[in-house]
Amino acid sequence: MNEKTMLEETMLDTPANGEEVICCPENLVYEKPDTLTDTPMHYCPGCGHGVAHKLIAEVIDELGIQSETVGVAPVGCAVFAYNYLNIDMTEAAHGRASAVATGVKRVLPEKFVFSYQGDGDLAAIGTAETIHTCNRGENILIIFINNGIYGMTGGQMAPTTLPGMKSTTSPFGRDVDTMGSPLKITDLVATLPGVYYATRCAVNTPNNVRKAKKAITKSFEYQKLNKGLCFIEIVSNCPSNWKMTPVQANKWLEENMLPYYPLGDLKVPNDKEK
Amino acid sequence: MKELKLMKGNEALAEAVIRSGCDAYFGYPITPQSEVLEYLSLEANKRTGMVVLQAESEVASINMVYGAAGTGKLAMTSSSSPGISLMQEGISYIACAELPCLIVNVMRGGPGLGTIQPSQGDYFQAVKGGGHGDYKMIVLAPSTVQEMVDFVRLSFELAFKWKNPVMLLADGALGQMMEKVEFFEQQPRKTEIEPWATVGKPKTRERNIITSLHIQPDKMEEINLHLQKKYKAIEAEEIRYEAINCEDADVILTAFGLVARVCQKAAQLAGEKGIKVGVFRPQTLFPFPYEALSKLASSPKLKGMLDVEMNAGQMVEDVRLAVNGKTRVEFHGRMGGVVPSPEEVLAKIEEKFVGELV
Repeated sequence: MNEKTMLEETMLDTPANGEEVICCPENLVYEKPDTLTDTPMHYCPGCGHGVAHKLIAEVIDELGIQSETVGVAPVGCAVFAYNYLNIDMTEAAHGRASAVATGVKRVLPEKFVFSYQGDGDLAAIGTAETIHTCNRGENILIIFINNGIYGMTGGQMAPTTLPGMKSTTSPFGRDVDTMGSPLKITDLVATLPGVYYATRCAVNTPNNVRKAKKAITKSFEYQKLNKGLCFIEIVSNCPSNWKMTPVQANKWLEENMLPYYPLGDLKVPNDKEK
Repeated sequence: MKELKLMKGNEALAEAVIRSGCDAYFGYPITPQSEVLEYLSLEANKRTGMVVLQAESEVASINMVYGAAGTGKLAMTSSSSPGISLMQEGISYIACAELPCLIVNVMRGGPGLGTIQPSQGDYFQAVKGGGHGDYKMIVLAPSTVQEMVDFVRLSFELAFKWKNPVMLLADGALGQMMEKVEFFEQQPRKTEIEPWATVGKPKTRERNIITSLHIQPDKMEEINLHLQKKYKAIEAEEIRYEAINCEDADVILTAFGLVARVCQKAAQLAGEKGIKVGVFRPQTLFPFPYEALSKLASSPKLKGMLDVEMNAGQMVEDVRLAVNGKTRVEFHGRMGGVVPSPEEVLAKIEEKFVGELV
């Protein structure tokens, strides 16, 4: 509400110097979603987290489910997600977000529950919780941000770090012979019967942002219908720890991350179930 | 009309869980307490609609408890020593986030994989922290199957009163043995919504956040000071203990849980030999009854205390702190799943105090 008042004040303050007034309610094309708080985000410039948060907030607004949604934040860069999303949230221990979300959903089956986790959280330390939450077909949404690196702790190798990719703990590049290959965990969970919908998106281009938003909307709609687990991987970037500018990072993502983690649905509800 | 039953400790505990109106149980099988999960799987959901879920690990169990407890519901888990070790991280988070829940530890002998036989080797872990950081659980130590039942209901009451995890610290023998037990009436499931719970934010209030992360040192210290203040208040209000024939005793046996009953028998045997032996049994291990024990230590007739435990000497440290040098404190412990017999406790009394008693 305060936000709107401020906006209106700005419009009134526009000097009437003869120029055409374009800053008026009729021309408003974009508003911050209500479910996004006014807290300035701590994310680095160009980071995909901000966009992903905004999409969740927009979808919650559009579906009108703010009062029925409980989110679970991870340990990682998104540890402060509860500062930005104006919904009830719980901050989980590292890797345990899907177990915490299970606990919430089991006692509040009528509410919308999602966890938001990074690659280290979901695909390394929390692998057991991820696999079993998916396998039980918990009726929740897991949003998985994959940027191939540990952001919060300063750029160490993640389970999803690409072959040859340098990090502070693979300074000569990831050697798959000794460090293993990048884990395609979304492909893995897509094979489980409990998973109803698994898809891989990105937020590097306007088109991909639109697709990611659609996936989030669909997932909450499926959750309302008790369809089971929905899993959205968002291939993202990390300009700071990739040591690139935001533009370079998005280019690198396009050229290196997406060939290894191709975008698209990995599991779609079959027609009979629809 | 009293409802008396002959039941195994673990099953009686599970029955009490259902009757307490518990909303959710998350657990993983481990001997000697798997009957809790089994009994609840069979009985709970059909009777009260309670959620019972077998998790993939104790790590997952405690984090499911964290999630469910955050919604303001009555949530719990149970396990035995190695499983409780796996839960320590989660317990630390729950304690910091100030969520009410019940954690049952039916202790077995350790360290390591140890044995499935009874032990009290997790006293330190339960009472002194176990996980990282400065936190306390309220710890209740039942010594009968009846207390396994009564303390379940009490645990939930204390957990919500103090917004704190409560541990019910039993042992493998209490879990496995059968005794006569009287049950309380079925309590209704809770319908009241806690103001702090994460249940979905209505327009009428600010969002609720459950977290243990406060990255600014001054804020984190403030949280710690608040927790310590709460623990002081718990110490002032919630101490429970039983003192049997301690007032004019020559020797006081101190013990918790099952061992306190062994000590009662030993005291009886000593009485037959003309030695007056009292038994002091803390029912709450945190808060520990320091003051009551300190008063008893000043009794002019008292020759000393003998602390008996199924471990290498853990609670005895608190007994010594309480007594603070006012009387001699001896220790007798058995480990690895061995339960001390009344006869050996009596022999220990005679060995340690006999010269002074004649």
